[in-house]
Amino acid sequence: MGIEGIGASVARKEDKRFITGSGRYTDDIRLHGMTYAQFVRSPYAHAKVKAIDSSEAMKMPGVVAVLTGKELVDDKIGNLICGWMVHSKDGSPMKMGAFPAMAPELVRFVGQAVAVVIADSKNLARDAAEKVDVTYEELPVVADIRAAIASGAPQLHPEAPGNIVYDWSLGDEAATDAALAKAANVVSIELTNNRLVPNAMEPRSAIASYDSAEEHFTLYTTSQNPHVARLVLSAFYNIAPENKLRVIAPDVGGGFGSKIFIYPEEMVALWASKKVNRPVKWTADRTEAFLTDAHGRDHLSKAEMAFDKDNKIIALKVKTHANFGAYMSLFSSSVPTYLYATLLSGQYDIPNIYCEVIGVYTNTTPVDAYRGAGRPEASFLLERLMETAARKLKVNPAELRRKNFITSFPHQTPVIMAYDAGDFHASLEAAMKAIDYAGFAARKDKAKKEGKLRGIGLSCYIEACGIAPSKAVGSLGAGVGLWESAEVRVNPVGTIEILTGSHSHGQGHETTFAQVVADRLGIPISQVSIIHGDTDKVQFGMGTYGSRSAAVGISAIVKALEKVEAKAKKIVSHHLEASENDIVIEDGNFKVAGTDKQMAFANVALAAYTAHNLPPGMEPGLKEGAFYDPTNFTFPAGAYICEVEVDAGTGKTSFVNFVAADDFGRLINPMIVEGQVHGGLAQGIGQAILEGTVYDKSGQLVTASFMDYSMPRADDLPSFKLSHTTTLCPGNPLGVKGCGEAGAIGASAAVINAITDAIGTEKIEMPATPDRVWAAIHANA
Amino acid sequence: MPAVKLMVNGKPASGDVEDRTLLVQFLRDHLGLTGTHVGCDTSQCGACVVHIDGRAVKSCTVLVGQAAGANVTTIEGIARGDELHPMQAAFRDNHGLQCGFCTPGMIMSAIDIVNRHGGSVDEATVRHELEGNICRCTGYHNIVRSVLDAAGRMKVAQAAE
Ligand code: FES
Ligand code: FES
Repeated sequence: MGIEGIGASVARKEDKRFITGSGRYTDDIRLHGMTYAQFVRSPYAHAKVKAIDSSEAMKMPGVVAVLTGKELVDDKIGNLICGWMVHSKDGSPMKMGAFPAMAPELVRFVGQAVAVVIADSKNLARDAAEKVDVTYEELPVVADIRAAIASGAPQLHPEAPGNIVYDWSLGDEAATDAALAKAANVVSIELTNNRLVPNAMEPRSAIASYDSAEEHFTLYTTSQNPHVARLVLSAFYNIAPENKLRVIAPDVGGGFGSKIFIYPEEMVALWASKKVNRPVKWTADRTEAFLTDAHGRDHLSKAEMAFDKDNKIIALKVKTHANFGAYMSLFSSSVPTYLYATLLSGQYDIPNIYCEVIGVYTNTTPVDAYRGAGRPEASFLLERLMETAARKLKVNPAELRRKNFITSFPHQTPVIMAYDAGDFHASLEAAMKAIDYAGFAARKDKAKKEGKLRGIGLSCYIEACGIAPSKAVGSLGAGVGLWESAEVRVNPVGTIEILTGSHSHGQGHETTFAQVVADRLGIPISQVSIIHGDTDKVQFGMGTYGSRSAAVGISAIVKALEKVEAKAKKIVSHHLEASENDIVIEDGNFKVAGTDKQMAFANVALAAYTAHNLPPGMEPGLKEGAFYDPTNFTFPAGAYICEVEVDAGTGKTSFVNFVAADDFGRLINPMIVEGQVHGGLAQGIGQAILEGTVYDKSGQLVTASFMDYSMPRADDLPSFKLSHTTTLCPGNPLGVKGCGEAGAIGASAAVINAITDAIGTEKIEMPATPDRVWAAIHANA
Repeated sequence: MPAVKLMVNGKPASGDVEDRTLLVQFLRDHLGLTGTHVGCDTSQCGACVVHIDGRAVKSCTVLVGQAAGANVTTIEGIARGDELHPMQAAFRDNHGLQCGFCTPGMIMSAIDIVNRHGGSVDEATVRHELEGNICRCTGYHNIVRSVLDAAGRMKVAQAAE
């Protein structure tokens, strides 16, 4: 591996700028003559926009313009799109209402934009926005799933009767029902998967500028996928053709899914920059982020699991209602369907699965992918069900899981996925050892004597990452292919630039991607630069989400590197008069195996560019590109075990221990992988005990600030004990699987399983806050 | 507009600003010191922490006028030339950052924690005292390790001085 190659925990190359305050995030950028945008947002969850009077605002010196949704329509700027078509089980396409960037007639959630003020300073834009007088006529509100599907409920979109976007299903219902009917035992569960607000620490931001001579736009924005942003802004929103629009996503301060989507604000900033012919900057304040960043999760589910007399699972039946909020966000339709129901087999051999998902509109912020996206919901449901079943069937929860583990691969589940590799026994074993599972009973007894309730909870998760084979997702309704691109540009002196379609917003690509190059070519990572996040510099790429950068992004780099190496070997064989097949790469040198003849990589590069002595017919230069389309998803999996102590007097949960044993395939930089797991665990634990998104009946977001929404703090979390087991992914060149979402997918079930074990009742919803835990203990007593 | 004068990172800084200008706005918009970040509007996240006369303060919660005459240190002012502050070095060595957005505030808070508690500060104290700094990326595990590591280094450095 070498000290900087694959498998080395190299310190990150990108860190220096961040620890010295020289990172360059969107809001750090100032353009000459820049104006500032402030959106005028609806204070009502559902209302008609009767009139917008901007005359007072326009009188204020320094106010450049007040623009409304009607002008967007006049300028033929398109509505926001949902890029994944899902069909209901009756075959009809999903039923969607229009999502305008600024509402011309009707607002459907608190915070929806109706107008934008452009002014010389941010403070002035804010002052002026308060002077824009909007007359609303309030309409009745549906603030949650139950209200939305109640008979006689107010209707949000005429296109979607009953507020239902789709009623979708996957699996064989008749076979599942038949298995349920003949089961020795059926265990059922009802649960809520609580709505979460992603809250990347950097608020979303956009700076748009327009060059009227060139008719060219530039957009700096907080994006996980700048090329996709450009495509959507061009092809669907009609801002400008792609060659007249440059999208740059500079340093981005966390995404977690929320920065995948193309939001109204960047679209309006672009459009406005042409209208006022000056650059326009918009940066969300935190409350705007709470109101307008796409939220995550928000499911209500019922599930039944059938067991035969030997406690083998014979069927699983699930019915889920998913809340989409007021509009369909970019990938929202796929999250509770193809990213959720397809993972319901978990780590278990389940012959029959049927899942029905009803997607509904409510007068709330749109919901879309948030770290894990569908897979945490599947994993939580399944692992709560397994733990509940073990308790009902009076078997050890580890034993019940072991009995049902899939042990041979490839394994075709009844819900689309074909698992390619894994060793679920190994990860469970590693986790049980790490937490001293065998010693738990004694610890529980001891705690009891001290008046404390101790509990332990398991969670064995699997996820599908490396998103995704383009043909497969295309057949399931995706509007895009999910391959990745790379270009390896060798400079004449042998330094290298890698242009990648992946985007780093905390993942450390500048280091890990360079490690892959260092590993193959034997050059130091300091000689490898990773270029990403700029549509003018980098070829089209699909971006970073769904733990895809290693499995898909790096695979594209490896493919391009192979082409570079092949050409370099031809040059070396020509120079050293040896057969191409005898050339090997060692420590930065191209050697003729078994001889002392060699050429340093830098000299090969120079030879390629001087072109004085190349093999006949060879083009000069050393630069190769590749597109990599995965052949399958990858399947990271693992076992998490959480041990808690609950104070019966206060309901407060304290963590005694949290262990994670993950199988991510090959690790490129174990230090970075562990960092990803820590962050994911924090989000999963946050969901389990802290983070609750509360709307009141009128559709007001009650938890719209860090004062009201409980973000995990250092004091809320334990130190984590991590370990790894390894089965290589057979589907990609390095055998990598992806690690970005695992923690968020597996952690919440482990925590709730531990808390319910401690308090002796299954009846607790997330977030299991002290008051809820206290109430559950007392309701049970 | 009133003029304000203060020292920032050891250099005099001044400007004509609106009364309502926050210290963080002055640092970012007037001085171009964009290492200090804004992550919230309720004084909760700590992305904006700087030192005023040696103590950690949320610069989104102070009017620049209130800092008139004071010595303000930002993330840009703690390294000595090319030599990183031990806290900066520890964050890098322990992978105490991912997206880097919370990092300047974390480092400035952490230096203050170690200054007040000394080099033998323990994990529980560090976790407790980081309550005013939110990180969404790291789960704090490596931030806590970074701070403890830096505490040790700062103790050694102090002993040597
Ligand atoms: S910006 Fe100052 S505490 Fe959040
Ligand atoms: S490193 Fe991203 S918020 Fe802390």
